[in-house]
Amino acid sequence: MIEVGLHHFLVVSAILFSLGIYGVVTRKNAVMVLMGIELILNSANINFVAFSKYGNFGLGGQIMALFVIILAAAEAAIALAIVLNLYKTFANVNVDEIDKLKE
Amino acid sequence: MSIYDVIFYLFAILTVGSAYLVVTNKNIVHSAFYLLFTLFGIAGFYVLLGADFLAIVQLMVYVGGILILLLFGVMLTNKITDVKLRTGTLHILPAVVGTGLFMGVLVSMMLRTNWKSEPAEIPMTTLYGLGRFLLTDYVLIFELLGILLLIALIGAASIARRDKE
Repeated sequence: MIEVGLHHFLVVSAILFSLGIYGVVTRKNAVMVLMGIELILNSANINFVAFSKYGNFGLGGQIMALFVIILAAAEAAIALAIVLNLYKTFANVNVDEIDKLKE
Repeated sequence: MSIYDVIFYLFAILTVGSAYLVVTNKNIVHSAFYLLFTLFGIAGFYVLLGADFLAIVQLMVYVGGILILLLFGVMLTNKITDVKLRTGTLHILPAVVGTGLFMGVLVSMMLRTNWKSEPAEIPMTTLYGLGRFLLTDYVLIFELLGILLLIALIGAASIARRDKE
């Protein structure tokens, strides 16, 4: 049990995933919700790379992790542009107070 | 307990501890800086798993790009002079119970499942393999992701642009 194997990486990524969901659910600020989503994506990436090594699947898992990182970059850029627009329109970025699509 | 295990546990403590601080800290800027340590710890996991290129990409894209973007987001959407960088929380109790149960189920499932485990031989560098994959088997996805990044770039710029009224 003390020797590091596949289980250890999977458990760490499960904990990160749960913490990310906790962040998404509880925080009001939209930027904090984004940070939670980054945690979730990273935990998925750890799983990809861990299975890629311990499952002996070659480099396919690492390629997928690379694609996830690219998508996360695109997602962060778009989401922050939307958050800036929200701030311009509503003067705050609390996700529980913004319930209209226009002013 | 080999040196590999010791390094793994150090990185695990760093990653999980700072991830906990990210989601519980009241100050958004502090959360962003704790996120730096989490992402750094995950890069350490990639190194331990033999994914050298991915670790560098993690450091460059996440720590160098996405984290800076998030900090920009924090700085641009809060009045710095008012020290209003604190963020409220809601539904703490249901969230703790719900995600706690979820985490328990997930961890116990991960531990009970009898995963097929035959560690692969790690090549000296994964660069050759990744480059060859990207330009043969995954070339369509690779090109599509390039187009997607271009669309995201143009879209983000046009959404965030300030209209002259």
